Amino acid sequence: MSTVEAKAPAGFAPVYTRPKSLSAARFTYCPGCHHGIITRLLAEAIDELGIVERTVGIAPVGCAVFLYEFFRCDFVQAAHGRACAVATGIKRANPDLIVFSYQGDGDLAAIGTAETVHAANRGENITVIFVNNQIYGMTGGEMAPTTLPGMRTVTTPEGRDVRTTGYPLRMSEMLAQLEGPAYITRQAVFDVRHVQMARKAIIKAFQNQIEGKGFSLVEIVAACPTNLRLSPPEAGRWVAEQALKYFPLGDLKVRE
Amino acid sequence: MRVLMRGNEAMAEGAIRAGCRCYFCYPITPQGELVEYMARHLPRHGGVFLQAESEVAAINMVYGAAAAGVRTMTSSSSPGISLKMEGISYLAGARLPAVIVNVMRAGPGLGNIAPAQGDYFQATKGGGHGDYRLIVLAPSTVQEAAELVMLAFDLSDRYRVPAMILADGMLGQMMEPVELPEPIPPEKIPPRPWAVSGAKGRPPNVISSFDLDPYRFREILRALWDTYREIEEKEVRWEEYATEDAELVLVAYGTMGRICRTVVRRARKEGLRVGLFRPISLWPFPSEPLRKLAERVPVLLTVELSAGQMWEDVRLAVEGRAKTPFYGELGGVVPTPDEVLREVKKHVHS
Ligand SMILES: Cc1ncc(C[n+]2csc(CCOP(=O)(O)OP(=O)(O)O)c2C)c(N)n1
Ligand code: SF4
Repeated sequence: MSTVEAKAPAGFAPVYTRPKSLSAARFTYCPGCHHGIITRLLAEAIDELGIVERTVGIAPVGCAVFLYEFFRCDFVQAAHGRACAVATGIKRANPDLIVFSYQGDGDLAAIGTAETVHAANRGENITVIFVNNQIYGMTGGEMAPTTLPGMRTVTTPEGRDVRTTGYPLRMSEMLAQLEGPAYITRQAVFDVRHVQMARKAIIKAFQNQIEGKGFSLVEIVAACPTNLRLSPPEAGRWVAEQALKYFPLGDLKVRE
Repeated sequence: MRVLMRGNEAMAEGAIRAGCRCYFCYPITPQGELVEYMARHLPRHGGVFLQAESEVAAINMVYGAAAAGVRTMTSSSSPGISLKMEGISYLAGARLPAVIVNVMRAGPGLGNIAPAQGDYFQATKGGGHGDYRLIVLAPSTVQEAAELVMLAFDLSDRYRVPAMILADGMLGQMMEPVELPEPIPPEKIPPRPWAVSGAKGRPPNVISSFDLDPYRFREILRALWDTYREIEEKEVRWEEYATEDAELVLVAYGTMGRICRTVVRRARKEGLRVGLFRPISLWPFPSEPLRKLAERVPVLLTVELSAGQMWEDVRLAVEGRAKTPFYGELGGVVPTPDEVLREVKKHVHS
């Protein structure tokens, strides 16, 4: 799996190139998946801060499981939901490293809720990228804790019934209540403006770690076009119009 | 210098002397003194002590610290060890060295906090999911507890296989004089070129137990099992006591092994030719030496604080060469030497 970098013809300067911290491996995400955008933003942030040689990533269980193949930095693959505990172990063992985890909503907000809450509460000096696509992508589109009321998934074929399955879990709001975290923000990547904002948030979340400020989490409300059974543009619009109703964007906690 | 210590404390001190610098735990009886000792002493050695939110988190912190290249340990007791099994399987799959101490109590379920040996299967046959083994060492004195913890770190590093100390509540709580082994100097700890330490001037290191390609994954597991075979060849440990002329040999480990030593002495006083075979490494199990013993000893009586778990390995090793009766106690009840002796007398004649 490798890609060929297009060479700009004479007299033209390339304005969109592959981030240096990405390897030559091709992404394994479906076409139009927001994971692809977020993974690239992460690489851009690592490039911009010049930290690839001291960064350790933690790959989740979920559609981003192959993250370790995409990056040119050290990586640890974690058990489903345990990334924040694994990150704690790495960072405590070697505080000079820049440690980030990248986790889906099933990973971070269902099976890994305890590990996430307690890492945040301890103010672990790590960076967490939380991809909230309101679905279990990898296992075939089951209900996630973040699935919207009435939303059809393979395990809520009639739509999510809040009376029996509860409400979309607002993890970032919960975490923002804690003393521990330094930075909790919710972003999106469905259009260029939001992509730029998300990029800034990711950079800030790493900057915080470099400065020793503590736990920083960037939630990104994302689309899984495959399981929404929508085209990528429609899926993006769906995030903007439906998902943001439950997951309003913006900073939830900023400790300066 | 000899010091008086509890088994739990000796294991903690052994870990510190072995160069353990990250320890993650969740409180549970009967291993509380180990946690407390680490909380007091590890930070003084520049180490990390962290009380996690659960055993699940603690073992995953161990996974992270091991990946980062530090000697690391966690300890717990039976119900907590069950929770650690997911993480232990990942450690085994990712070839990370780490030490896990199980100060066993009686189960299943919440059971009770009395000493038991009901986790033998879980420790020696895998325990978590998938095709793996742990190096499992079973101390029977406080001295041995300190020494085996240090050995566990060395073996785990040498083979990149997680190691477990299988102790029990009795051993954890009892106090004995200990001659503490010399600390292992940091330069003697094997380098870890595979650890995640920042991909500077080298290709990235990846710690993972994941491979979607069955043929590639098969090769990874074949290499793992080659290592297990090597461990089975080189790392079998056991102790024999008064077996030379024995008509009956007791087979017991840990606390039960210790009680059986007393049984042997009493039996000998009464003129009964009784000996003891005490496995120290439960995996690899000392099958070969036991088989040899079975060729000259007519009765091998396995005694356990369980319904008979190690007993299965004894029978597999002996393969009918000798009689292999069993005596065990359940629920945290520890038989007295006299009770075991009564059992012995059913099989030998004076
Ligand atoms: C302990 C355990 N339980 C269940 C699974 C199966 N599993 C794999 S990915 C996944 C959900 C992933 O969903 P999410 O975290 O939202 O990430 P996404 O795939 O949507 O990016 C599940 C349940 C597993 N690998 N391990
Ligand atoms: S299943 Fe959904 S989340 Fe997973 S890669 Fe495909 S589009 Fe993305």
